[in-house]
Amino acid sequence: MSDDVPAPARVAVTEAAAELLVRLRAKHGDLMFHQSGGCCDGSSPMCYPDGDFLTGDADVHLGDLAVDDFTVPVWMSRNQFEYWKHTHLTIDVVPGRGAGFSVEAPEGVRFLIRSRLFTDEEWAALEEV
Amino acid sequence: MTVYAAPGTDGAIATYRARYDHWIGGEYVPPANGQYFENPSPVTGRTFTEVARGDADDIDRALDAAHGAAPAWGRTSVTERAIILNKIADRMEEHLEELAVAETWENGKPVRETLNADMPLAIDHFRYFAGAIRAQEGSISEIDGDTIAYHFHEPLGVVGQIIPWNFPILMAVWKLAPALAAGNAVVLKPAEQTPASILYLMELIADLLPPGVVNVVNGFGAEAGKPLASSPRIRKIAFTGETTTGRLIMQYASQNIIPVTLELGGKSPNIFFGDVAAARDAYYDKALEGFTMFALNQGEVCTCPSRALIQSDIYGDFLADAVARTEAVKQGNPLDTDTMIGAQASNDQLEKILSYFEIGRAEGAKVLTGGHRAELDGDLAGGYYVTPTIFEGRNEMRVFQEEIFGPVVAVTQFADFDDAIKIANDTLYGLGAGVWSRSGETAYRAGRAIEAGRVWTNNYHAYPAAAAFGGYKGSGVGRENHKMMLDHYQQTKNLLVSYSPQKLGFF
Repeated sequence: MSDDVPAPARVAVTEAAAELLVRLRAKHGDLMFHQSGGCCDGSSPMCYPDGDFLTGDADVHLGDLAVDDFTVPVWMSRNQFEYWKHTHLTIDVVPGRGAGFSVEAPEGVRFLIRSRLFTDEEWAALEEV
Repeated sequence: MTVYAAPGTDGAIATYRARYDHWIGGEYVPPANGQYFENPSPVTGRTFTEVARGDADDIDRALDAAHGAAPAWGRTSVTERAIILNKIADRMEEHLEELAVAETWENGKPVRETLNADMPLAIDHFRYFAGAIRAQEGSISEIDGDTIAYHFHEPLGVVGQIIPWNFPILMAVWKLAPALAAGNAVVLKPAEQTPASILYLMELIADLLPPGVVNVVNGFGAEAGKPLASSPRIRKIAFTGETTTGRLIMQYASQNIIPVTLELGGKSPNIFFGDVAAARDAYYDKALEGFTMFALNQGEVCTCPSRALIQSDIYGDFLADAVARTEAVKQGNPLDTDTMIGAQASNDQLEKILSYFEIGRAEGAKVLTGGHRAELDGDLAGGYYVTPTIFEGRNEMRVFQEEIFGPVVAVTQFADFDDAIKIANDTLYGLGAGVWSRSGETAYRAGRAIEAGRVWTNNYHAYPAAAAFGGYKGSGVGRENHKMMLDHYQQTKNLLVSYSPQKLGFF
């Protein structure tokens, strides 16, 4: 890994999603994301008040979203990460009905993941999580 | 060919109210905070009713009603309870078409499925558990000549149930039937995507159940689901949905030390061994239908056969036939009995599926058919429709590992038996699997080697009562559709009785 270039981020957030996070933080306090797998509302990130969802050895901290003057950590379960680690994740938001206990549901929208593959250069420079 | 009139139009056999309150204590009760949320039909994308937006206060009121009803219901004889469950089944059967239309409107699935699968299965579920509870017995152990251990099954009391949106009425019934048979009172929170059809059912059977035995509180997960799952006033929580919420529910349950059953989804492999193509006969035709089952319920099934593994020696021809079969799937108005695939349940589901088309292509998977949103005409133009899609690629790609929850199948080939099993088991999940082979031995060995709770063998997507259903690995805890469910909703009382008048000699 080059000393000059910082390791690439694994996660990012769109402007629309960031605006929503500012509104949600005003209501709920500090927030976190855990990327879900599985049926129904799975394969989409869940947003909770930070600490509501217990993370531990079974999880990977992918990174933090920088929003306004605060950050939002993004987590994923370790075994799921094995299949996702070659992709960069951007958290976006679309109109929808919401899901699980994710806090944005009553706003009539739903967070969504947009993925792209890391380039070879990025892949070489990524840090371990 | 019948086209049912949409609820709210002339000639409709099912009509929804303009607004729904909660169902508490056998009647409609307005939400404590006075708020409602809109409920669109996925068929058109337009709102057709508004539903109470429940919160912790409403959950408490529902729990009050459930606790009020639970003691008497728990003491009702199993004969009496079974009679009631059978009456519920009969009532539903009398109104089957109406319920089917109501469910299609709420969820978007084709009326062909609600008429032939959802409603008949739900009706039968009540009948199965009516029989199971009558046949259940406790047990006796003779410890010694003076000491007998009596084991009784007792209800838990009041339980919480959180239901998904993919089969709204059927998923509610899978949980309600055993819970009620076992003598519990229930507070049920439907999915916010599909809050109304269960109320349609509750109204229909209102006179059959004592008030407070089943209570329905609608709302958003964080506002109504969380207070229910974390309430110290329930003795058990049951949930069907995805992994992260499942974990959160277990967390809440741990705070109150209550049992949890979870059904969490899968990435089910559908395995086609080479001998399937030994002849182009009825069975081969059935196998092609089996492949196309990924489109059932628009792919919104936890056991969607979303990975197809085809043996190399038949790969080219079988896949060509499978693509043709997929392209023959009729998309259209869900209220038309000819339509085979309806609308996805919500806009965000549609968006998620479309985002998977992107990542699939980015990873190098090839689209053999479909791969885009479906544009329908007229009233349906605003609905949430997707073309049935086949991706071709490798098992480590994300479209092979993640639950897309749409009419999308990822296809790959395998060399031999061991290769098939290796690929099949290379997944975080273990809910369902399909095995297709003319050889009983191959089918049996494959079924025993696959790490999944349900292995369909020479069939798929059958959910009869009496066949236990549940997951291995990351797919959840517990089994539904079987009398063993009664154990999940009961606790054992042991009376350890001494018939001897003599002291032991300790004190």
